[in-house]
Amino acid sequence: MLLKRIIPCLDVDRGRVVKGTNFVEIRDAGDPVELASRYDREGADEVVFLDITASHEKRETMVGLARRCAEELFIPFTIGGGIRSEEDVRALLSAGADKVSLNSAAVKDPGLISECARRFGSQCVVIAIDAKRVASVAAPVPGGQALRWEIYVDGGRTPTGLDAVEWAVRAVGLGAGEILLTSMDKDGTKDGYDSELTKSVSRAVNVPIIASGGAGTLDHLAEVVRVGGADAVLAASIFHYCEYTIRQAKEHMAAQGIPVRL
Amino acid sequence: MRGGSISDGSAALCIVDYGAGNLRSVQKAFEQVGVAARVGSERRDVMTAPALVLPGVGAFGAAMEQLDQRGLIEPLLLRIEAGVPFLGVCLGMQLLFEASEESPGVAGLGVVRGDVRALPSTVKVPHIGWNQVEVCACSDLFDGIPDGSAFYFVHGYAVVPRSPGDVLSMTDYDGISFVSAIEHDNVAAVQFHPEKSSTLGLRLYQNFTLRAGLATRP
Repeated sequence: MLLKRIIPCLDVDRGRVVKGTNFVEIRDAGDPVELASRYDREGADEVVFLDITASHEKRETMVGLARRCAEELFIPFTIGGGIRSEEDVRALLSAGADKVSLNSAAVKDPGLISECARRFGSQCVVIAIDAKRVASVAAPVPGGQALRWEIYVDGGRTPTGLDAVEWAVRAVGLGAGEILLTSMDKDGTKDGYDSELTKSVSRAVNVPIIASGGAGTLDHLAEVVRVGGADAVLAASIFHYCEYTIRQAKEHMAAQGIPVRL
Repeated sequence: MRGGSISDGSAALCIVDYGAGNLRSVQKAFEQVGVAARVGSERRDVMTAPALVLPGVGAFGAAMEQLDQRGLIEPLLLRIEAGVPFLGVCLGMQLLFEASEESPGVAGLGVVRGDVRALPSTVKVPHIGWNQVEVCACSDLFDGIPDGSAFYFVHGYAVVPRSPGDVLSMTDYDGISFVSAIEHDNVAAVQFHPEKSSTLGLRLYQNFTLRAGLATRP
């Protein structure tokens, strides 16, 4: 049986791990490869690195990170954050990354998704979506509320007017192999994932959904799998600051009947 | 198991390189269990190595073409015939068979009778992620690995051996069941990626090096 995954996420700036809270406040939690290797030993199923470095040497630092990870990690890892071109993707994959995640560049040029999928295979193309709730509009059914989410690019700074569910469907149609779905409303709050958002997207597409943003307790992880239909859960601070171990998270999910690798 | 010392390079096992992507993670996994592993792309690498690992990602037909262009098909068959311990990984498993639906008309190595078929359209393809391996025959390749353990898979095709006796493990995926490991004399192969399967993946590679006499039992 295909198992549900737990994926620690490491935000990396100039080679160091940081974690944003609502994309603003940042604390330092160490060396990315060392931390990722610890997660591998603890039982993490994959690791995602989001590189937030803003400099001309960005590609070199990301490729260097991929190369070091390929040396130290024995689980799959994904690198994302500011990937602009097919050439960026090629450089990261040949340095040893298993997957890359595309966000703003894919929104600006959806053709990038199909090019990468055709050249490298859908299995290594992850589309990252940062989505924010739009005020409820008129209900399609009496008494109901129509939920909508808008996607933002440029690290959550720029609204696009695009609907999250529609964009996910389009990205998958172009060849995306997986969706990394972050709720901007929930990110950094620690009060749970946006299960409604996760459910809306997971019902609309036939590729795995990684739920992200809002993990604060182990119940949150289990809830977004059970209620939201997530195939994987991504979390950062609850693991970085040792509030919970990966093992505890997996045991908690297993106890609720969710199949995980223990 | 992790962090063993690396033995002298003269008896290094050979990871066969035919241009199918980054082999560093496979090499590093063997180093991690304390066994020297060389990446080799020449006939003499294959002919002299005490054990062979055939990895690979990509398409069946292109891989056979690469092996052919590099003159590696004959030495691989000679060494397998000679009884050299052999491990196929992912596409390297599929290449051992006679043919694949992925590349009609292209002959595989034909070391194991049977063919390679596309996963049915009733499931999500490719099959990606951690899935459980149910071992159905006794093999030292799975020593110390509990039945039902999870390994990391990325593939769209699966092997169908003609002889049930070649099947070493099965894996269930969304209502279907496919062969996830095979063994035929000195040839073993796995559909999953041990180098991406954390501790138990490393254990499987270690078991292979023990079988090949490249490491001693701890």
